[in-house]
Amino acid sequence: MRKAELLMAVVMGLFSTYLMWKSAELPIGWIPDEGPGGGAFPFWLAAGMLICCLWIIVRWVRRSSTVSASADQYMDAATLRMFFLVAGALTVMIGLIHVVGVYVSIPLFMLFYMRYMGGHRWLPTGVIAVATPIVTFFFFEISLKITLPKGLTEPLFYPLYDIFF
Amino acid sequence: MEILDHLMQGFAIAFQPLNLGLVIFGCALGLFIGAMPGLGSVNGVAILLPMTFLVPPTGAIIFLAAIYYGAMYGGAISSIMLGIPGASTAVATTFDGRPMALQGLADKALITAATASFIGGTISVILFTLFAPPLAAVALAFGAAEEFALMMLAFATFIGLGGDDIPKTLFSIFIGLVFSAVGLDIISGQPRLVFGDIPGFLHGINFLVLAIGIYGIGEMLWTIESSKGDVKISQATVTVRRIIDDLRTLKDTFKSIVMGSILGYFVGILPAAGATPGSLMAYGVAKTISKHPESFGKGNPEGVAAPESANNAASTGSMLPMLTLGIPGSPTTAILLGGMVIWGLEPGPMLFIEHQEFVWGLIASLYVANVFSLLINVAFIPAFIWVLRLPFTVLAPIIFVLCIVGGYAPTQDMHDVWLILIFGVVGYLMRKLEYPLAPAVLAIVLGPLAETSMRQALLISNGSFLTFFERPISGPIMAAAMVLFLLPILKLVKDKFWSRAAT
Repeated sequence: MRKAELLMAVVMGLFSTYLMWKSAELPIGWIPDEGPGGGAFPFWLAAGMLICCLWIIVRWVRRSSTVSASADQYMDAATLRMFFLVAGALTVMIGLIHVVGVYVSIPLFMLFYMRYMGGHRWLPTGVIAVATPIVTFFFFEISLKITLPKGLTEPLFYPLYDIFF
Repeated sequence: MEILDHLMQGFAIAFQPLNLGLVIFGCALGLFIGAMPGLGSVNGVAILLPMTFLVPPTGAIIFLAAIYYGAMYGGAISSIMLGIPGASTAVATTFDGRPMALQGLADKALITAATASFIGGTISVILFTLFAPPLAAVALAFGAAEEFALMMLAFATFIGLGGDDIPKTLFSIFIGLVFSAVGLDIISGQPRLVFGDIPGFLHGINFLVLAIGIYGIGEMLWTIESSKGDVKISQATVTVRRIIDDLRTLKDTFKSIVMGSILGYFVGILPAAGATPGSLMAYGVAKTISKHPESFGKGNPEGVAAPESANNAASTGSMLPMLTLGIPGSPTTAILLGGMVIWGLEPGPMLFIEHQEFVWGLIASLYVANVFSLLINVAFIPAFIWVLRLPFTVLAPIIFVLCIVGGYAPTQDMHDVWLILIFGVVGYLMRKLEYPLAPAVLAIVLGPLAETSMRQALLISNGSFLTFFERPISGPIMAAAMVLFLLPILKLVKDKFWSRAAT
C-alpha cells in the first residue's frame, strides 16, 4: 500500500508538471483589456494538482492518511492476475477494432471472457457471443444510424447496407 | 395555482405513449441495475446515456430519471437477499434488511423497502414541485459571478462534508477541471492542452468519456475484485396473503419513513452528500428517535424503511439544484446535466422559461416513475431474485461491450474509446488508494461553465477577484464556500488542541 501510494502521488505530480508546462503554451498571465489568458485557468489548476500531490507525499512521510498507514497489500496475486487479464483483454479487443472491426473483436472478447474467465459451457457462451454483435448492429447501425468501425471486414457489410439503407 | 397548471401540462407530456413506455422500461431496467451488486444509478445512467440519442431530449431525460429511481428501489433487493448492497446508496438497508431475511422475513423486508421508497419518492417529488419554481425564479437574477460562486460552493461541500482525504479530494476536483479545459479555448479559440498534438484532443475530453471510464470500466474492475467468492441468497416466500399482512404492519414504520423522506430530500440537495450519507443519516436518526433502539441491527423494519425512503428522497433532492441552478446535486445528476448539454439544452433557471415542456414533463414523470417502480418491484420480486443468481462473468463482458460501443457513439472517434480504457484503469487504481472520483466527474461537467463564468465575471470587473465577494448574492455564497473549505482545517486544529490539552 505504502509503495503504491507514493508511486501514484509521484506519477500524478509529474503529470501535473507536464500539464502546467503544456498550459503555458498559451498566455497564463493577465492580458490588459482582455482578462486572463487562455492558459491561465488550466495552469493554475494544474499547479493546484501539484500542490495536492506534494501534500499527499507529506502525509505519506508522516503516515497520517489511512492508506499510507496501512500495512495491507495493494494487490494480492489473484487480484493482480485478474486485473491484467481483464485490462489486457479489453486492450486487445479495442486494438482489434482498428484492424478487424467491432463485429469480430466483440465476439472474440465475449468468447474469451465467458469461456476462459467464467468457465461457462459452450452453448450459452456461443449464444451470447453471437447475439451481442447482432443486437449491437440493429441498435446502433439501424436505429441510431451510427456506423461502427469495421476495419478489414467492411466489404462484408455491403449487402447488409443494401438491405437496410 | 400556476404550479398545478404546469404540472397538468407535465402529466400530459409524461402520459404520451412514447414517454410512458420509456418510464416503464426505465423503471424496470433501473430496478435490474440497482439489484445487481456493484451497479447503481450512476453506472446505469453513465453507460446508457449514449443509447438515449434514439429519442428526443424530453424522452431521454425521462428515461434516465426513471432508471435513477428504479435503481434506488432495486438497491434494496440485493441488500436484503444477499446482504451485499446493490449500490452504495443501499448500504444502510443491509443493517436490518439482512437480519430480517435471515429470520425468514425477506418478503416483509422487501415490501417495506418498496413502500418506503415509494413514500420517500412521492414526498420528495411534492417538495420538489413546490421548491423548484421559486428557486428558479430567484436564480434568474444570477449573473456570472453568482454562477461561479455557486460552483465554488458545490466543490466546497466535497471538502467540508465529503469526509474523504482532503488533498485527494482537492486533487480529484483539480484534475476534473483541467481535463474540462482540454480542447479549444472558449474565449480566444486557440487549441489548448492538445497532448502530443493528437487531433482527438481538439474536440476536448467529453465528460461521458470520463464518466463511462470511471463508472463503467473502473467500477466493473472494482466489482470483479470485490465479488470474489460465493454469496448466499436468502429464500423469500411471496404470496398475496403475506403481502397484505406485511402491508398492514407497515404503519408502525410510518414515522421513520416520513422522517427519512424529509431528511433525505434536504441532504440530497447538497452536491457532496446525496443518497448514501442521506440514508445512513436517516438510519441513525430513526434509531435515535425509536422507542426500541436496541432492536436496530437485529431486523427492525424501521431500519429498512428509514434509509430506503431517504435514498429515494435524496435522488429527487439532487435534481433540484440541477434543474434550477445548473449545479448537479449528485454524480448521477452531473451526468444528466452533461447529457442536457449534449441534447442542446442549457442547464439553469432559463430552462423553466424556455423549455417548460422539458422541465414539467420530467417532474410529472417522476410521479409516474414512482408508481411504476413500486408496482414492478412488488409484482416481480421473484424475477429480481432470479437476477441475483446471474453469474457475474456473463454480465461483466456485456457491460464492457456496452461501455466501449456506447463510448464510441457520441463522437464516433476511437480516440475516445482508448481514453475510456485509460480512465477506467487509472481510476480503478486510484480508487484503491482512496482517491474519491465523484468530484472529478462533477468537475469535468462543471469545468467549462465555471471557466466561462469566472472569466466573464472578471472581464466585467476589470480583473478584480473582489467581485465574487462584493456582490450581494455571490458574496454570502462565497463566504459559505470558504467556511466549508476551512471546516476540515478548523477541525484539525481543534483536534490538535484537544489532544494537547489531554496530555
